[in-house]
Amino acid sequence: MNYLFDPAHWTGADGIPNLIGEHLVYSLIALAIAAVIAVPLGIYIGVTGKGVFMIAGLANALRALPSVGLLILLVLLISPAFPSKMGYILPSLIVLVLLAVPPILTNTYAGIRAVDAAAVDAAKGMGFRTMKILTDVQLPCSLPLMLSGVRSALLQIISTATIAAYISLGGLGRLLIDGKAQNDYSQMVAGAVLVALLALFFDQLLAFITRRVVSPGLTRLTVKSAAAADTVKIPATV
Amino acid sequence: MIKFENVTKAYPDGTVAVDGLYLEAPTGKLTILVGPSGCGKTTSLRMINRLIEPTSGTIYLDDQPTSGMDAALLRRRIGYVIQHAGLFPHRTIVDNVATMPVLLGESRQKARMTALELMERVGLPANFAKRYPWQLSGGQQQRVGVARALASDPAFMLMDEPFSAVDPVVRAQLQDEFLRLQREIGKTIIMVTHDIDEALKLGDQVAVMRVGGKLAQMATPSELLTSPADAFVADFVGRDRGYRSLGFTNVAGTVAVSEEAVVQLGASAAEAQARASGAWVLVVDGGRKPLGWAQPELIGGELKREHLNLSGTSATSTGTMRQLLDAALSSPSRRGVVVNDSGELIGTVTASDIVKAIEAEPHLETAR
Repeated sequence: MNYLFDPAHWTGADGIPNLIGEHLVYSLIALAIAAVIAVPLGIYIGVTGKGVFMIAGLANALRALPSVGLLILLVLLISPAFPSKMGYILPSLIVLVLLAVPPILTNTYAGIRAVDAAAVDAAKGMGFRTMKILTDVQLPCSLPLMLSGVRSALLQIISTATIAAYISLGGLGRLLIDGKAQNDYSQMVAGAVLVALLALFFDQLLAFITRRVVSPGLTRLTVKSAAAADTVKIPATV
Repeated sequence: MIKFENVTKAYPDGTVAVDGLYLEAPTGKLTILVGPSGCGKTTSLRMINRLIEPTSGTIYLDDQPTSGMDAALLRRRIGYVIQHAGLFPHRTIVDNVATMPVLLGESRQKARMTALELMERVGLPANFAKRYPWQLSGGQQQRVGVARALASDPAFMLMDEPFSAVDPVVRAQLQDEFLRLQREIGKTIIMVTHDIDEALKLGDQVAVMRVGGKLAQMATPSELLTSPADAFVADFVGRDRGYRSLGFTNVAGTVAVSEEAVVQLGASAAEAQARASGAWVLVVDGGRKPLGWAQPELIGGELKREHLNLSGTSATSTGTMRQLLDAALSSPSRRGVVVNDSGELIGTVTASDIVKAIEAEPHLETAR
């Protein structure tokens, strides 16, 4: 713990605030990219029922990827093509995105599938057009599951983003790797604790956001996911 | 008016759901499609608002063919009520009811005012407005479904098994209220049900469909009971046809009502004995409303509520022959209680009086 409370470690390019900042930038960019890919895809598969095999097959296969191995492979493949730091940033982001896509994709799909078919039929029968059914009924009703997918994706990204440091990119992983190299266990513990705290903080933040944006009409329901993957219980709060 | 002209729905695998259907649902009337499962009744209903497109034939809405219309705009002209209500779980009750006015471009505030009025109309307390669908029972949700369909004041309504997902007691209550509502609003309604009793109770006219999507008979409820077109209809309409057709026969003036001596609660055993005819005496309250029957010989001291036998039903003098006969058959004294429209006792009738009246006039005037 000494490392954490030494003021010298809280300033400068290698200071803790800077490392946290780097860590967050990688994490949030990766999450944003993953969401941009997985949410529309999940909606499309959920609404049309086309490509369901992707959910069971691809999404679960992606989960099983060994992140460090993939990272090194990608660096070997990609970095020669880029003279700059980009050759290292890109592989890290790809690994993080690949990790974050499955939970978001699966939960978005499951969320859309779990929307009460009678509500969708009623909306259609009352003269809602396809887009309006999506925006007014299917999306709001699948929001709890979708957000829980985002939440587990973000947790996974934050904890895995430590590997960016493995290819000298900074972030809180630096404390782990430098600490290991210097046999400085205090530094390693500090890194681990900070990653855990960061993850917890964002988990709570997303839980808070979920409570704010999800209709109280939905939060008392136990939503069972249609996909084999996650069964998520929505907390009975609010 | 909604009109089917030679409408057929065939699926690529060769299944014919609806086969050459001609049907006319007159303006302001409730037309019921009834039949066993697989008879195409729901398919027929869903072809009206084009949730299913007909393979051939034309459906007219007030003489305009629906095929040329924009499907979404067509649906907005037609109220739509389905079996499990299909409320939006993420919206409050008042916002659910306000759905159609908002969709048609009214301001949310004005739409909510309309919604509150409609909630009252279908018997939902105003404090339900801010609740969510999961907080309501099935019957209450169904009322919300009806209110939602009425909120845009559409000329037409389609109802797909609207009352089948609730228990029999609530169902009867919803049916009665709906009948009353329909008498006020007079919408052109097509309702689908598999329940012949519901069809006979609610319908101005009933279309019986048979498996394969053909119309077997289109008639008023009493015609269905008294002159079914063929063995299928007769069988589908079911047993007890004779008894049930009495439900469409008016009592008014056909059966002589005898006077009945009565006592009130608190009367002595002797007093009850003096008024009794046979073993039973009828007990009424201060406003001459029947409370039940009592056996004077079982009363020790004075007549109390616990002495009452409540098994007898009562019939109104303006009601149907079926209620009257039931009142006589269910009464422990075998004398059926007849009351006026405000529930005050007129007198009693016996089953044999009723049967005599039925025999004397085999073609009694029907109730509707």
